[in-house]
Amino acid sequence: MYLNQFLFLSAVLFCIGVYGVLTRKNGVLVLMSIELILNAVNINLVAFGAFNADLGGQVFALFIIAVAAAEVGVGLAIVLLIYRNRRSIDVTEADLMKG
Amino acid sequence: MMSLLLFAQEIEPLTNTEQWVINTFFYVIALVTVVAALKMVTTNNVVHAALYLLIVLAAVAAVYIILGAEFAAATQVLVYIGAILVLLLFGVMLTRAKIGSEDDLNYDQRWIGGLVSVVLFAVMGYSLWEGFEDTKLDPAFQPQRTGDVAESIFTQYIVPFEAVSVLLLAALIGAVVVARRD
Amino acid sequence: MLSLFAADAVSAPAIFDWVWLIPAIMAGSFLTILLGSKRLKVPAHFIGIPAVIACLVLALVTAFSWIGYSSDVAHSGEVKSEESFGGTAETAGAPVPGFVDAGAPTVACVESKHGDDYDDDGDHDAFGAGELAFSGELELAVEEGEGGGGTPCPVINDVTWFSNGGDPEDGGSDITVGTLVDGQSVMLLVVVTFISTLVHIYSTDYVNGDRRYTHYFAFLSLFTASMLFMVLSSSTIQLIVGWELVGVCSFALIGHWWEEKPNSDAALKAFLTNRVGDIGLLIGMIILYFAAGKTFDITTINTMAVSGEISQNTLLVAGLCLMAAVMSKSGQFVLHTWLPDAMAGPTPVSALIHAATMVVAGVYLIGRLYAVFFIGFGISGGTLNAMALVGGITCVGAGLLAFVQADIKKVLAYSTVSQLGYMVLALGVGAYTAGMFHLFTHAIFKACLFLGAGSVSHACHHSFDMKADMGGLRKFMPKTFWTFVIASGALAGIPPLAGFWSKDEILVGAGVWAGTDGNGTFTLPFIFGMMAAAMTAGYMTRVIWLTFFGDYRGHGVPHESGPRITTPLIILAVGSVFAGFLNMPKPFVEKIGLPSSWGLWFEHQVEPAGIGSFPAIDHGKPSFSLAIVATLLGLGAAFLVWNYYKALYAKDHKATEVTDGLMSKIPLLKAGHTMLTEKYYLDHLYTGAIAGGTKGPLARAAYWFNQNVLDKTVDTAGKTAVATGRFVYKYIDQGAIDGAVNASGASASGGGQVLRRLQTGRVRQYATLMFGAAALMAAVFIVAI
Repeated sequence: MYLNQFLFLSAVLFCIGVYGVLTRKNGVLVLMSIELILNAVNINLVAFGAFNADLGGQVFALFIIAVAAAEVGVGLAIVLLIYRNRRSIDVTEADLMKG
Repeated sequence: MMSLLLFAQEIEPLTNTEQWVINTFFYVIALVTVVAALKMVTTNNVVHAALYLLIVLAAVAAVYIILGAEFAAATQVLVYIGAILVLLLFGVMLTRAKIGSEDDLNYDQRWIGGLVSVVLFAVMGYSLWEGFEDTKLDPAFQPQRTGDVAESIFTQYIVPFEAVSVLLLAALIGAVVVARRD
Repeated sequence: MLSLFAADAVSAPAIFDWVWLIPAIMAGSFLTILLGSKRLKVPAHFIGIPAVIACLVLALVTAFSWIGYSSDVAHSGEVKSEESFGGTAETAGAPVPGFVDAGAPTVACVESKHGDDYDDDGDHDAFGAGELAFSGELELAVEEGEGGGGTPCPVINDVTWFSNGGDPEDGGSDITVGTLVDGQSVMLLVVVTFISTLVHIYSTDYVNGDRRYTHYFAFLSLFTASMLFMVLSSSTIQLIVGWELVGVCSFALIGHWWEEKPNSDAALKAFLTNRVGDIGLLIGMIILYFAAGKTFDITTINTMAVSGEISQNTLLVAGLCLMAAVMSKSGQFVLHTWLPDAMAGPTPVSALIHAATMVVAGVYLIGRLYAVFFIGFGISGGTLNAMALVGGITCVGAGLLAFVQADIKKVLAYSTVSQLGYMVLALGVGAYTAGMFHLFTHAIFKACLFLGAGSVSHACHHSFDMKADMGGLRKFMPKTFWTFVIASGALAGIPPLAGFWSKDEILVGAGVWAGTDGNGTFTLPFIFGMMAAAMTAGYMTRVIWLTFFGDYRGHGVPHESGPRITTPLIILAVGSVFAGFLNMPKPFVEKIGLPSSWGLWFEHQVEPAGIGSFPAIDHGKPSFSLAIVATLLGLGAAFLVWNYYKALYAKDHKATEVTDGLMSKIPLLKAGHTMLTEKYYLDHLYTGAIAGGTKGPLARAAYWFNQNVLDKTVDTAGKTAVATGRFVYKYIDQGAIDGAVNASGASASGGGQVLRRLQTGRVRQYATLMFGAAALMAAVFIVAI
């Protein structure tokens, strides 16, 4: 087993996730795409953990899963708030950060 | 396959046949993952997207098992599929997305996103290829036992662990504060 | 290893380990004033003055310890640096050439920071052998040297700030900070704390009731702390930190009354001009860092410069870069323009910062890294070098300008520039002690003059205009008058006041006058020095006349200032009388029957002669004839000026400058050939040129050079638009600065207009840009590596 096969899978997932984040309008779909990115990172961590026979990779993958849970929780709360205020979760319409 | 060998104390190095089988298994999973992921970011149906995400997450859990990280795989299934995905589906419902397909899910200028991710992939692919061209995993590598993982979390990684706990608490409170109707 | 040495070595007094307290006290005072003064309802000077007095006491204790230490060392002939003795990797391997030639006993002073490492890396034998040879050499030195070999090494207390791999051989280095106590730093320690104490006391009256009284005292404290920090620094990086800190304090205090635009402009100008030099400082220090094998340690750099381990070309380049820094901070010609403008600050600040202490930072820098400059510029045996030339031009150019100022503080400011030029000139011709001694005496009498000017303005309703608001003040404020006259005499070099001795030594150091063997024959700097000596007497006479003689031209009745102002004046005036006696030439001392050890006492304390970190400089021999001629030149100039004003006064009791009635004299003056009259003629045409564009090629050239070359951008506006010279001055300066500021503002706002389009507020777009940029940067990274 090549190390690269895992890393490439991770890279592909990551880029698909980025594509999703950049093209989706729906806030929930953006959050899902972010999950893809996080999973790509996790694959990387676990693969290197196995490669180096080190537990750190898996441990940090677990931490990232926990962080992802937190992120989805807060992210969904924000999406809900946007929805409640605007009756839409189209993130392209949210431009409150305009300077 | 490896999970079958879980209870053995020492695992023999994989034979060529076994490696071949595992590799095949991996490529099938990888194919499924990539296809499902692509469908997820292109489908016009929010609920379908969530289901494709389920496939991706399950496939990634399978990749973890191939890599001998069974506990991570179990957590992946439990937390991601059991909790996060359900949460996302709740989100879909609460925002009253249509159950059927929608036309208006994508940004008009998709080519920019496509370009960025292709460039990103080119860069990453090149550097991965340069860096780990034919590096192989040790055929004798051992699955990482849950007991060891637990011990490592509560000794070596206790500080990050506590930080994550606090983060979860903060996220919990934050989510409540943000989403509360008042 | 050390037992060879430590047997009868004199150990440094414990106070040297604690000198870091001195800047620390002032820094603490700054913080306390800033944070606590208003809250605790304690007037700021209740905190500042005790702190500065404590520092003065500590500095004096340090100074006396140093004097005792150096005489102990001189008697025992032994030298022991504070930490383990030895050499750096370089000096241990190849003995420093300086101490190999037995003619000049030299002691290597670089203490080993890696002393313990030598035991480990198997280099022990070689090192021990080197040291044995060294000790034999040292004994020889003690037998031969008559105290030259008995100069104590700088006492260094370093702590490692951070380690960057440690061993220089592996490309790493330790960055250390610490204190370096030697004659030079102790001398400045005393000067800074002494002047600062008096200025603190003086300020309680002078800025009494000011709107930012607390702020003022806080910055006085911070300034004193930074200056002391800089003075005590043992590494160049620490020196840079102190250097910038004093710059910041100077900025804050010049702009103390920032509500008036000229003041904040002046502050900005000072700051920006200094930035120009700081680039040179940074580049020079970085060059030295790498040239000396990755060390910021001042003693190591100097030692390596002396021993020839750094090539002369490197030293020359580094020296020229550092010269730019000196020029900006010490107001040398071309970059001096900020200093007169800096007079916008409160007068005690001008005394403390822009006359006595901060502006000598550049001179101090030269002294600190003297080996770099001395070797780099090839001072030994030379006839001219960049430093001496810059100093010479400065002391003459600024002296000329001092003649045409109506503002008493600006005269003093140009005088300061001129005297700083003198110090740089002294160091440039290799007269190290003379330069340092002039720094010392100048600090005292120039502080006295500035504080005197402040006292005068205090009496004259806060005006500094000598022509409009002063005159005849000697009757109203006798204490100020007498102290001012004494300090002026000291500045002008009238024997036996302080300035006479130091100035004379500088002229001797140029090595031109018959019988004064210096480091070379610096004819041009010598001529500049003589001219400046004469001019100084002339313009100080002018100031005294315009301020204290004639009829009072202001309004109201002036009054003598209170005791908190006059006491510092008196103390400084007494200092101006006696400071010069610290370094009288030996032949003179012997002639008047004093013990020989009184002669060159200052030199013995301050000049680290005969140690490895100091170049082998030659000392000039004092010459009575030179002293007499220089004094006569000064007195002659003073006499001419005096008579001129007396004649003017006889014609018109309110007159302050040449009027039409005296124009008839001009052809006569034109025809005159003496240097003084020519200068005088220049003076009036200079004024004329500024006032109405009158002819006079020399004056115009001077005007053009001083105004337009320096502030070229607004040249045309200056030539045509303005009625009086001073207004031209301000206009140009402000125009140039405003232009630069506006241009930078405009470019920023233009760039903002473009970038604004990108700020759509859409998170997706931001994310796209972020990922895209990350990808591109990663690609660049991959390609680049």
